[in-house]
Amino acid sequence: MGMTSPSGRAMKTASNGVLLLVALAFALPLIWLLLASVDTRASLSIKLPDTFSLQNYIDVLTPETAFVPLLNSTFLAGGCAVITVIVAVLAAYPLSRYRMRVNKPFLYGVLFGSCLPITAMMVPVYALFVAFNLIDSLVGTMLFLAATSLPIAIYMTKNFMDSVPVSLEEAAWMDGASMLTTLTRIVIPLMRPGLAVVFIFVFIGAWGNFFVPFVLLLSPDKLPAAVSIFSFFGQYGTVAYGQLAAFSLLYSLPVITLYVFVSRVLGGSSAMAGAIKG
Amino acid sequence: MSLPTLAPTAKRPGRDETPRPGRRPRRGARRSLVRSIPLLPAVVLLAIFLLGPVISSFYGSFTNASLSGSTAQNSNFVGLDNYSALFADPDFPKSVLLTLVFLIASAIVGQNVLGLGLALLMRTSNRLVRAIVGTFVVTAWVLPEIVAAFAAYAFFNDTGTLNAMLSAVGLEGPNWLYALPMLSVILANIWRGTAFSMLVYSAALQDVPTEITESAEVDGARGWQRLIFITVPMIRRSISTNLMLTTLQTLSVFTLIFVMTGGGPGTDSSTLPVLAYQEAFQFGQLGFGTAIATIMLLVGAAFSIAYIRALKPEVD
Repeated sequence: MGMTSPSGRAMKTASNGVLLLVALAFALPLIWLLLASVDTRASLSIKLPDTFSLQNYIDVLTPETAFVPLLNSTFLAGGCAVITVIVAVLAAYPLSRYRMRVNKPFLYGVLFGSCLPITAMMVPVYALFVAFNLIDSLVGTMLFLAATSLPIAIYMTKNFMDSVPVSLEEAAWMDGASMLTTLTRIVIPLMRPGLAVVFIFVFIGAWGNFFVPFVLLLSPDKLPAAVSIFSFFGQYGTVAYGQLAAFSLLYSLPVITLYVFVSRVLGGSSAMAGAIKG
Repeated sequence: MSLPTLAPTAKRPGRDETPRPGRRPRRGARRSLVRSIPLLPAVVLLAIFLLGPVISSFYGSFTNASLSGSTAQNSNFVGLDNYSALFADPDFPKSVLLTLVFLIASAIVGQNVLGLGLALLMRTSNRLVRAIVGTFVVTAWVLPEIVAAFAAYAFFNDTGTLNAMLSAVGLEGPNWLYALPMLSVILANIWRGTAFSMLVYSAALQDVPTEITESAEVDGARGWQRLIFITVPMIRRSISTNLMLTTLQTLSVFTLIFVMTGGGPGTDSSTLPVLAYQEAFQFGQLGFGTAIATIMLLVGAAFSIAYIRALKPEVD
């Protein structure tokens, strides 16, 4: 770009200034989280702690406050991501490799499903879970989370699979390999990075989901961190902002790490947005 | 899984071996059936957990089901009673209006304009600034929604960062979450969601050849003219896609509003998802909440169909 002209340089300075202002506005709520988490007398507004202290982290790192909820989150999100990836790979294979009459309606249905506002469904989903006696069931909640992330996962997986050349499989078919063998021995190893993206994408979504477990789970010992943070806020939130911030950051750390991993290691900073873009 | 049964029957599949109808229909149909077996787990999961609630939502909105009491066990068919009660209730039209305001202000205008603006500015800024902006904007988006909601709650609280900053320059800020609940949640949702639009538009702008804008510059087109007559038309596909997607995402925003204002004060920030939750779980009106959910599903479905038709994705 021709940025050597004087007007170009002035514009560059102006856009740098505007961008830094926007960045500051976006950063303020996040800086509060960081500062409050190391301040034992944190308030709701940004202030430098009188003394830097990790006491908040020590206070929340107990089994009932952090470990059990984080374990539940891991179980829910991990299980959901495993189920989703397996089911999506199975579904994507015939969609990617054969021309069948069901392909088009199925993919349109999947695309349609990925657009539905899931929040709108939580009331009927609750009613359905009551009818099936699945309320307060971690596995039921996990399956629901898997079903809601499945449409987009199938779509992403099919796109990744389409870019795996079919010639290698043809050689395997010649040798009499079955569909399942070709899939597990040839296709899956070739699309490992793509599957990692799908897995992490689904995991981040399930890990961060608040509304679904909030409605479907009841017992305190089954609640994932998203919901237990909310009840922590209800019980002690008005006094212990520092602990709330510390717990929130501990809970956010895995998804931030995974996001950085996807965008830096697996390539493409907009991998997630690009995946949704289709 | 019951897949091994498939191993002996799977013939050598080829990409373009479409079974022609009319010729050997039985073999073709059987092969098609065998080949679609891997779709089965997905179909079962989607049928039970997505299609099931959709159907029961439509059915439930015609019953007087509730969470407790005599109607909890055996509900009756009440026809359109829920819907007529819904439209008679002043909270519902108000909630529709609030949802529209929320959608237009935070998604269609806020996230899209700010996202496009940031993407454009980032093209003419230096690397370090770009990295800083990208980091903070994207972090607000990657954070789990409950954490983002708390951070926004603290920011807009009466004793929060925003008012502390205003008082530092001698202004007395209002109690944002009570006096201006809609403005607070709209700004919070812009903060939370702009990253998505920014990433989409950044990617789209990379595909705009610089020769075209440069030649327009040589012809004397000003900055805003180049933007409106060249850049925007060239990325209009991304714009329409992104408008549709951000609208759909914003339509289902619940946690942010629920944590920040709880729909309050009163129902002054109860958008449809929050109202459906309040009616069903706080007031025990399951049929009422289901009717709202059904209406939202229809709205969402209409948007999805419009989106899919506009995009015409390469489904084959």
